[in-house]
Amino acid sequence: MADPMKVRAQMKGDTAEIRVLMSHPMETGQRKDNAGNTVPAHYIQSITIDVGGKRVIQGQTATSISRNPVFGFRVKGVKVGDKVVINWVDNKGDKRTDEAMIGA
Amino acid sequence: MDALRRTLLKGAGATGAIAAAVAAGVLKPSQVLASEYNRTAFEAKDLASALRNIGAGSATDSNAIVIKAPDIAENGAVVPVDVVSNLPNTISIAVLVDKNPLPLSGAFDFANGALPDVALRLKMGQTSIVEAVAKTADGKYYKAKKEVKVTVGGCGG
Repeated sequence: MADPMKVRAQMKGDTAEIRVLMSHPMETGQRKDNAGNTVPAHYIQSITIDVGGKRVIQGQTATSISRNPVFGFRVKGVKVGDKVVINWVDNKGDKRTDEAMIGA
Repeated sequence: MDALRRTLLKGAGATGAIAAAVAAGVLKPSQVLASEYNRTAFEAKDLASALRNIGAGSATDSNAIVIKAPDIAENGAVVPVDVVSNLPNTISIAVLVDKNPLPLSGAFDFANGALPDVALRLKMGQTSIVEAVAKTADGKYYKAKKEVKVTVGGCGG
């Protein structure tokens, strides 16, 4: 199981800013290790964000997203205290779900 | 026996309810976010076929899509990019790097109040054009681009 995500969700005026840092190697499948063997691709393929029980973001990602991916999104029509649920799934089927609350 | 029948009925009922909701226009198909991984597009090895495989082969150039990225990135392993679409009813944004081995980096759908704005960090092997594609609710595609110069490539790990 991967390390927990770091999530920051904060209201700025009428818009919530959601930033998430995911802990993941994001191997491209093109890199070689010290012994010259190709390191197999291992990367997050899918992310979803739900706020207050509604799906707001659905994303698909490739190997060219940097290691330990950081994403930032903005959501309107939500409020302080709404629950934010973020989920990712990688190409090996590993997954992780973390929750946060929108802060003031 | 009875329990099985009940489960089957429940399953059928749920599917029926979704179909009814779609028919009634409560759930518009465009609002049901796609979940199938677009492998063909993500594995496309050049920009043109990646664009074609996300349906944006004939996207119109638009300056309403704003790409915020450094002119010169010192570290190609971490290039911060922020894409905002000012086109009304943008429902999806894709980000591509022309000269990367696999150009398509990410595609994001927005719903239920999410603004068409995505910030992410990209790997770039070399100096390249970064393209952003926005899809609007009427099914049209628009694109914008920005060149990012890379001094140290990001694909060596």
